[in-house]
Amino acid sequence: MAKPMRPRWRSPAFLVSLAFILFVMTVGFLAPAISPYAPGGLEESRMLESPGAAHWFGTDELGRDLFTRILYGARVSLTVGIGTALVALVVGTLYGLLSGYAGGAVDNLLMRIVDIFYGLPDLLIFVLLSLFLGRNIAGVLIALGFISWVRFARVARGQVLQAKELVYVEGARSIGASHLRVLLRHILPNIFAPLLVTLTFSIPAAILAESTLSFIGLGINDPYSNWGTSWGTLAQDGWRAMRSYPHIIFFPAMAIFFTILSFNFLGSGLRDILDPKTRR
Amino acid sequence: MAPFLLKRLLHGLGVLWVVATLTFALLRLLPGGPFDRERRLPPEVMANIEAKYHLNEPFFAQYARYIRGVAAGDLGPSYKYTDRTVADIVRDTLPPSVLLGVLALSLALAVALPLGVAAAAWHDRWIDRACTTVATLGISLPNFTLGALLIWIFSLKLGWLQAARWGAPGSAILPAITLGAMPCAQLTYLLRSSLLETLGEDFIRTARAKGVRESLVLFKHALRNSLIPVLTLLGPLFAILVAGSFVVEYVFAIPGMGRFFITAVTDRDYPLVMGVTLVYTAILVCANLTVDVLYSAVDPRVRTG
Repeated sequence: MAKPMRPRWRSPAFLVSLAFILFVMTVGFLAPAISPYAPGGLEESRMLESPGAAHWFGTDELGRDLFTRILYGARVSLTVGIGTALVALVVGTLYGLLSGYAGGAVDNLLMRIVDIFYGLPDLLIFVLLSLFLGRNIAGVLIALGFISWVRFARVARGQVLQAKELVYVEGARSIGASHLRVLLRHILPNIFAPLLVTLTFSIPAAILAESTLSFIGLGINDPYSNWGTSWGTLAQDGWRAMRSYPHIIFFPAMAIFFTILSFNFLGSGLRDILDPKTRR
Repeated sequence: MAPFLLKRLLHGLGVLWVVATLTFALLRLLPGGPFDRERRLPPEVMANIEAKYHLNEPFFAQYARYIRGVAAGDLGPSYKYTDRTVADIVRDTLPPSVLLGVLALSLALAVALPLGVAAAAWHDRWIDRACTTVATLGISLPNFTLGALLIWIFSLKLGWLQAARWGAPGSAILPAITLGAMPCAQLTYLLRSSLLETLGEDFIRTARAKGVRESLVLFKHALRNSLIPVLTLLGPLFAILVAGSFVVEYVFAIPGMGRFFITAVTDRDYPLVMGVTLVYTAILVCANLTVDVLYSAVDPRVRTG
């Protein structure tokens, strides 16, 4: 039954996903240096061209090179995805640590609030918040962070509830460590693995939400898009022209799909590596 | 049982009140009003409009008026559609959204149950690998991408089904698949891991040692115990369906509540935004209450604990 297992980090899905994510990060970072055209470069003579040697992914209805726009779009998706997840990690973890460690009535109240957020549709919360925060990259980042912090809060609290009963916590307390020190120096490092896995799964969720919102026209609304246009907005441009020019929606949609897929594979790979108890 | 349900009901009402208050406060604090135009309206016209919608009253008077109205089922007037109230709009747009949600959820359950069971029963075999791979693909595919893909294949290329013509025969098929794919993938995952965990427990070994048939072990002993986490997921799944319906109704041009919500946001039609938010919250509260009832029927520990 038990055949010799290869090390879990050598699973092909994990390695391919990791390589793909690093690749997308690199091209996003180097977009100005490696893209063949200017991101806003309009060329009326080259409108709606199909993919070919000059334009690998074709051009859109304003003659902009789609390959270039996708390279630049990688910056938006990754910045929003990773930024949101990091904001949520910090806020949610502190909240969950506090709630779990305090216990009792405080824990009860804090978790009630989390339950309310958790039960509401994420896009609903986002849309309401974005009315308030504006449709720029910082506003979108904060609003999306507002949605995903509850996951970290739940994971951190659950872990703290287990960890605070363990002997090393009692030991630290008995030699006079303060509550804050116990939480940050002793408990936090011990519950880091599940938080890291949650982080990896939060990034694709944020990228998904951001591209979906951009697709329905409620995402980042920045007319000065020299820094990059969201893949969701590119897909929206293509959606309107899908009947005659399906290539315009095809490439951004694939970019979104493969990036999210890679992060999901990376997350499950990490979970397998960090938690030997789960079976594949 | 009764005290438990009463507690859950009160909790649900509490959630509704919190959401109503938060949305009201959020939308009243917004800079810029719904009647701001490029060209300023004459002050006396503005004053008339504000008086009509009670916007000149103090904050708490407006709040009290709103909550009293909501309690009586009156969600206020729409700023944009001046001849209809928010309640009218909800009444007209709710049925397509509910139909779509029910179809999508049924589809998700119908596909996920056999897939999840098969993956767990043949753990680590090719069926398991195929099911988990498909589920990962399903989780990673955005609604709008799947919707566009289905329209491209079945409407534009094959010409089997019409897109964007809600009410035509078969017009609900593609939207239901699009909306149901994500919940389906999550259910499959959850059922598989839940079943695998149950199958590793002692009472399963006992049953097998007694010589109970494997099919009986799987469906009678293991599956029943594994459905409890699946029930727990149903609540969050409703939230996922609501969020997904915004996109699916947009892509397939379905005259449902989600599409009205999106346009209400861009129109700054605040009473409509608040009303629809409240209706969604009420639906989710009801869904979670139903899940609680089912849950306590299945697992007696919940009622006492």
